[in-house]
Amino acid sequence: MSKLYLTRNPKVAARSLDGEMMIMSGKDSTLFTLNKTATILWQAADGATPLDEIVDRKICTEFEVEPAEALKDAETLARELASHEILQISEQPIPRNSGESR
Amino acid sequence: MSGLMEEMNEKALARNIPLSVQLDLTYRCNERCVHCYLDHDDHGEMTTSEIKHLLKEMADAGVFILTLSGGEIFLRKDFFEILEYARLELNFCVKLKTNALMIREREAARIRDIGIESIQISIYSHRPEVHDAITLVPGSLKRSIAAARFLKAQGLRVIFANVLMVQNMNDYQGVRALAEELGIESTLDPTVTPMMDGDRSNLSLGVGNAELREVFRDKELVGDVEEFCAVPAPGDDNLLMSLPCSAGHTACYVSPYGDVYPCVQFPLPTGNVRKQRFLDIWRYSDQMNDVRSIRLKDLTTCTSCTHATTCTRCPGLAYMEGNMRGPSSADCEKSFARTGIPSANMLAKKRAPANLVQIRVQPAAAPGAGAIA
Repeated sequence: MSKLYLTRNPKVAARSLDGEMMIMSGKDSTLFTLNKTATILWQAADGATPLDEIVDRKICTEFEVEPAEALKDAETLARELASHEILQISEQPIPRNSGESR
Repeated sequence: MSGLMEEMNEKALARNIPLSVQLDLTYRCNERCVHCYLDHDDHGEMTTSEIKHLLKEMADAGVFILTLSGGEIFLRKDFFEILEYARLELNFCVKLKTNALMIREREAARIRDIGIESIQISIYSHRPEVHDAITLVPGSLKRSIAAARFLKAQGLRVIFANVLMVQNMNDYQGVRALAEELGIESTLDPTVTPMMDGDRSNLSLGVGNAELREVFRDKELVGDVEEFCAVPAPGDDNLLMSLPCSAGHTACYVSPYGDVYPCVQFPLPTGNVRKQRFLDIWRYSDQMNDVRSIRLKDLTTCTSCTHATTCTRCPGLAYMEGNMRGPSSADCEKSFARTGIPSANMLAKKRAPANLVQIRVQPAAAPGAGAIA
């Protein structure tokens, strides 16, 4: 399986509220809240760390889950977030262009 | 408010987080709207670095929705620097309020690139002779509409904000039609806000009850007229414990000089960010905590009012009338216009003994001078 890299879309607004990310879509002002797993992906989406590494370091250590299953779920989630233009995904590292996530 | 936003508000309320802040960048303006509650001078605006420092503090405090307003925000030479910092460095959800006179294609494209939630433009009429007579700037309607088109062409969410007054009473439908034609949202506010210095003379520009009654029966505006104008159902104990509004609870306002208030329409000073941390003012200001302590059961007149369950009572307008726990007459008028039933406040005023002294004699009048009313 090829590597998948994620980066936050700089057009979205984001703030952490009680451990959950509030995200306002830059495309159509739709408001999203990310659950814990999606919040971990969002916070780790630096364009340089591949998804399998994020899953290994941040998700498998937080939740009791099989690494292969976690990666599959995380990829589905990443693609869903990308479809809402919350994340950008690529099979190549993505140069970072957004600010620090709070 | 969407269900999700409501949920976020509940969370913010429970954790004492200021979810949304309006920051006025300047009171200077290139229009001179007849009803405006601000003066238009610079009494020592925060510098760029002071504003950036404040924005950082606000982001750390959990502020998510940031409304940048004024005065006219584009009069600040550092406006785009502030906007870029707020959006791209601190990830705020930014709303802008402007008259748009200084926005052309280039500015519209730049705003699109930065990304904002919405941009609200003040439009008082679809007719230049009415709008321009309110802004006192010839050609202002033409320029604002041109800007709205530029912004819309960039795919931005544009909202026309109209204030209902005697001068434009017959034009709100025209503004709505214009907005629809341009694919733009529109809002109508029937409240004229008193001047921040307490001068209430601009309130005479507000429409009378008969006109308001008519507006509240416009189904294009209110939807189900019967429901909107229905006599409210009596409240219960839960209602008595409810909060008046978000001011001081999940929202506040910061002036161009760093003064923090519960709301732009609630000029109760609670602290200044030039002297204290934003979060310290939010959490520990006695005034902010006083505002926070108020429940419907604590209100002096409104608790027993027929309209208690549906009234839009503004605690800031009540404060400007002299008592933040008291009624807001403008909202009493609205409730009356909706239902035809006078509010407890209106009835109490009616019962108050009339001032029988109709003519006062000027003391030490010059010989021959008469009585003056």
